[in-house]
Amino acid sequence: SASSGRDPVPSPRGRGFCLGVLPDGVDRSSGDYARNSGAMADLVSQLQSHIQKVLGGGGAEAVKRNKSRNKLLPRERIDRLIDPGSSFLELSQLAGHELYEDPLPSGAIVTGIGPVHGQLCMFVANDPTVKGGTYFPITVKKHLRAQEIAAQCKLPCVYLVDSGGAFLPKQAEVFPDKDNFGRIFYNQAVMSSKGIPQIALVLGSCTAGGAYIPAMADESVMVKGNGTIFLAGPPLVKAATGEEVSAEDLGGAVVHCKMSGVSDYFAQDELHGLALGRNIIKNFHTAGQQETLARFQNVSSEIKEPLYDVKELRSIAPTDHKQAFDIRSVIARIVDGSVFDEFKKLYGTTLVTGLARIFGQPVGIIGNNGILFNESALKGAHFIELCSQRNIPLVFLQNITGFMVGSRSEANGIAKSGAKMVMAVSCAKVPKVTIIVGGSFGAGNYAMCGRAYSPDFMFLWPNAKISVMGGTQAAGVLAQIERANKKKQGVQWTKEEEESFKAKVAEAYEREGNSYYSTARLWDDGIIDPADTRKIIGLCISASSNRAPEDTKFGVFRM
Amino acid sequence: AAAKQRTLRSKPIEKILVANRGEIACRIMRTAKRLGIRTVAVYSDADAGSLHVRSADEAVRIGPAPARLSYLSGSSIVEAALRDGAQAIHPGYGFLSESAEFAQLCEDNGLTFIGPPASAIRDMGDKSASKKIMGAAGVPLVPGYHGDEQDIDIMRSEAGKIGYPVLIKPTHGGGGKGMRIVQSENEFVESFLGAQREAAASFGIDKILLEKYITRPRHIEVQIFGDKYGNIVHLNERDCSVQRRHQKIIEEAPAPNVTSDFRTHLGQAAVSAAKAVNYHNAGTVEFIVDTASGQFYFMEMNTRLQVEHPVTEMIVGQDLVEWQIRVANDEPLPIDQSEVPLLGHAFEARIYAENVSKGFLPATGVLHHYRPVQGTSSAVRVDTGVEEGDTVSMHYDPMIAKLVAWGESRNAALVKLKDSLSKFQVAGLPTNINFLRKLANHWAFEEGNVETHFIEHFKDDLFDGSCHEKEAYEEAKHGAALVAACICNEENSNFREGYSGGNGLKSIWYANPPFRVNHCAKRVFELQWDNDYDSTGSKLLVLSLAYQPDGQYDIEVEGEGDSLGFKVKVTYLGNHDFRVEVNGVSTQVSLATYKKDLDKHIHIWHGSKHQHFRHKLGQPLFDDDDSQHKPSFEMASHPQGTVVAPMAGLVVKVLAKDGMRVEEGQPILVLEAMKMEHVVKAPSAGYVHGLAVTAGHQVPDSSVLFSIKEDCSEQKE
Repeated sequence: SASSGRDPVPSPRGRGFCLGVLPDGVDRSSGDYARNSGAMADLVSQLQSHIQKVLGGGGAEAVKRNKSRNKLLPRERIDRLIDPGSSFLELSQLAGHELYEDPLPSGAIVTGIGPVHGQLCMFVANDPTVKGGTYFPITVKKHLRAQEIAAQCKLPCVYLVDSGGAFLPKQAEVFPDKDNFGRIFYNQAVMSSKGIPQIALVLGSCTAGGAYIPAMADESVMVKGNGTIFLAGPPLVKAATGEEVSAEDLGGAVVHCKMSGVSDYFAQDELHGLALGRNIIKNFHTAGQQETLARFQNVSSEIKEPLYDVKELRSIAPTDHKQAFDIRSVIARIVDGSVFDEFKKLYGTTLVTGLARIFGQPVGIIGNNGILFNESALKGAHFIELCSQRNIPLVFLQNITGFMVGSRSEANGIAKSGAKMVMAVSCAKVPKVTIIVGGSFGAGNYAMCGRAYSPDFMFLWPNAKISVMGGTQAAGVLAQIERANKKKQGVQWTKEEEESFKAKVAEAYEREGNSYYSTARLWDDGIIDPADTRKIIGLCISASSNRAPEDTKFGVFRM
Repeated sequence: AAAKQRTLRSKPIEKILVANRGEIACRIMRTAKRLGIRTVAVYSDADAGSLHVRSADEAVRIGPAPARLSYLSGSSIVEAALRDGAQAIHPGYGFLSESAEFAQLCEDNGLTFIGPPASAIRDMGDKSASKKIMGAAGVPLVPGYHGDEQDIDIMRSEAGKIGYPVLIKPTHGGGGKGMRIVQSENEFVESFLGAQREAAASFGIDKILLEKYITRPRHIEVQIFGDKYGNIVHLNERDCSVQRRHQKIIEEAPAPNVTSDFRTHLGQAAVSAAKAVNYHNAGTVEFIVDTASGQFYFMEMNTRLQVEHPVTEMIVGQDLVEWQIRVANDEPLPIDQSEVPLLGHAFEARIYAENVSKGFLPATGVLHHYRPVQGTSSAVRVDTGVEEGDTVSMHYDPMIAKLVAWGESRNAALVKLKDSLSKFQVAGLPTNINFLRKLANHWAFEEGNVETHFIEHFKDDLFDGSCHEKEAYEEAKHGAALVAACICNEENSNFREGYSGGNGLKSIWYANPPFRVNHCAKRVFELQWDNDYDSTGSKLLVLSLAYQPDGQYDIEVEGEGDSLGFKVKVTYLGNHDFRVEVNGVSTQVSLATYKKDLDKHIHIWHGSKHQHFRHKLGQPLFDDDDSQHKPSFEMASHPQGTVVAPMAGLVVKVLAKDGMRVEEGQPILVLEAMKMEHVVKAPSAGYVHGLAVTAGHQVPDSSVLFSIKEDCSEQKE
């Protein structure tokens, strides 16, 4: 159990003897505790029921059809590729959630990271049970995001191809733009050029543009009978040239392994194909791995679990976003032995910074304890510089309503201070993991390494809210502008009309700021159970430590 | 006792060469070491790394694998002894142990032969001659023909005089080799010729004797011991009735259900027999006891230390090998007849590599997992000549070990025997352990109603598992669930050790349970369950295992009948041992896995149960990278009518020609392995096709010998 192996909780008086050990920080007898726990329990069970739905792929009928072709589901395929009984860090499980007219479970593609012969790999697996595994815009986005992580973390890519290609009715959103379908092959080429292995297992169709995935791969496997690769399928060939040919004869495993050379390994069946895939990865040897991993030299082999139950992370976030909570109670349940050596504890107290270890790996943690003031921002920038220089990965725990506004703040140069922190976050060349544990509003999102700042990984708690500002504030601002407009036009605006206007704005913000709205659009890498936060940060940092340390070069800091 | 003298040899034995292999060589060396005597092993090329070689102080190669050229080569052995400065040779049992020539050769070269005088070996080695001597000494004999005349027609008429059923038996050798029971006159010729052939191959002498065949006999033998001063004692009897293929598999001492009067008479008869040939050292006088009349007859005397000597050692509290050495050193027997105790009861079960369901055919293979029961007290003893990783080859006897259990009473000893059998772990080749367990658990055996035809008599109970099939199947489901849980646990722990290298960050990829985002990891196992006694073949069990957050496994087993659910918690103890808790009950579990052909084999021992599962390779249940997935079309079985070699062996005779029309059951060729002949018959009527082997051919196990086709058209193409 999560609590096993923990040291006995030291008494608060004992703190003087255990430097850096965080206090519990959770009052289990309070009404808030019960309320928060209840609300989060609902959110987590709602999350799990959404996940159960997408795990079923395209529905019972499609799954049955898939099975009748001796094919496994994408997650089953990955389970058989990764080391038996090992962990798998799946990404963006709820991509495409309520995004299109029809459901598109997991965006018709499963992506994630797992070990094969001890070598971490990025897996990209089409789900043939969902719209034939075709690429919707969100499918492309999810595929590209997986490649982005792979490129950033130098993870070999394994493509489990079983796709009908681009979803034609949406071709305008899938085909032409920079971050559209074509980018997949561009990424393969560029990663391959950097020595990051690109492997394709053709377990089903690989039509049209999809044909380039195995063709662009360093090595590819094809499964007899199920795997096909062609630029144009039999119907299009007939239309174009009148030639009548079966799929297998046009682009089956025999054609491509014996004649065309498009594929390298011939598999008798899917399980054989997956076994061949494991062998290919075994033979990577040191490919994709950078010179000795300097970052690991600091890793301690002795790991202490946190002193407090990680499950209590489900009881910390308040139901009401306006209520504050001490981010240290979260940190105490994430870091080894709950030991957190806090930096500048007494200065800029709305930002909590400090050093700790997660599964033995040193990390720098930056968490919000309120609005960002000048001092907090400066402290943040300072701490990020510190970690960059020492090659310490950064963990951002976001619960931020934004930078302080108002005349005094502006006069003190809050924009300048914020810019320093944003500059530091942008340029720091260390692994970065962002977890949104509460609100993520305005420029606070930027300074705390939001999506635009390319954290290696970014996850949300189910209670997370993301928007440029709070719904109420936005309603207030927009109502002011509207009232001014009405006044200009000489139109009367009743109190009721104003309230209804505000409510509409607030409602839209509420909807669009919701964690599901975010994750459906891939503004993050997934929603997680708060109790898994420690494990996920550990897996993320482990995955992003596959690359050699880089020197950070900052831009011009406005002083 | 008055005859006892103390005229010690000028120089006692300080170094012994053990002219044997396997468990008996190891057992002799054990005593020698205890006595401070240095040991020299001899070995053939097939045994270069064997346990008996490693156990000896010194070892000498004496020749290639075939016994004829190594362990039966007296001159090489004597040469080795002289070269290495051994003063004595212990022959063990089998091989040269009953060769008067060899005993003589030793004496001629100034080496002490640890055994009886050559003259006694010669007298007793010729079974016809020995019976004459015994008859003269007043020892009762079975009616029979023991004459020199070997003409087949005369033999047939002698058989007629004795009355069928008649037993045909080579005059030399032992161990049941070459023996034939003939029920009626028309079977006589074929059996007689077969017996001659086997006798010639095994012992080099093809002389045959005939005997009245006793329908419900018991085999009871008496251990005797003599010194060079004329003292002879008997060390009580052993019952060795339970036999298969005329070879003993479970022996016990003393014999159950006999009176002490009977015991005294038998012992006296044995001592008389030994005295008649001026015997010294260890010997065994075998009697056949007619259960109907209670009459006993002299059968033969074995002039060696026998395989089953440990049961006697257990009930008299003596080390017979030590006695042998002391007698060879010209010492008198340490005790006289009145001092021979009879303490409790002992069993010996012989553990063989063999195919029980294929008529106890000898098996060969690698001992991928070998863990004889751990002797927790002196009451359980294992004599073995092999270790894990060793190969049981086709060159020698396929016995793996002898399991000996002692108790205050027969019941107490039997309880220990059963328990020890259930804990005796062998995987990699078929063994008779399950069969021995069935035997030991049989009600008639428990009551001591043993007789030579015990196995034949109770074959329905011992071979037909149908009455317990359903129960066994449900147990197999339970076993399969444990297998799945233990494999997950062990793999997990191995990967964590192997890949994380103490790096905590990396080890979380191999945490138990494996992490999944917002759901539990699952795994599917497909296991084929092989039931030894089920003719319907293996059964498929599909297991879905769900990793629980607390590290337990929820396992659903689907097969025939209801699916069963198990909650399993595993603690890996290392070295394939586990402590497993299932639905609240915790037990010790051992697992053995190995790859053979296209399967991964998994053996599990839990509680008193042992099951064997197979898992088709290619399904990535395991990390199977060193064994490439083999596509199904390459696994195609042989077409109908194809006959494959039932074991690896030598073709000694081909009885049919290619293209010949044969009837169902007609003998086609004769194979020999482990000195046993096996007739390969036509599975159906038809034409022989593709018969290419000839006498002298060595054929591997399961190789295609020929096929039987309904017509001969293919031949003509």
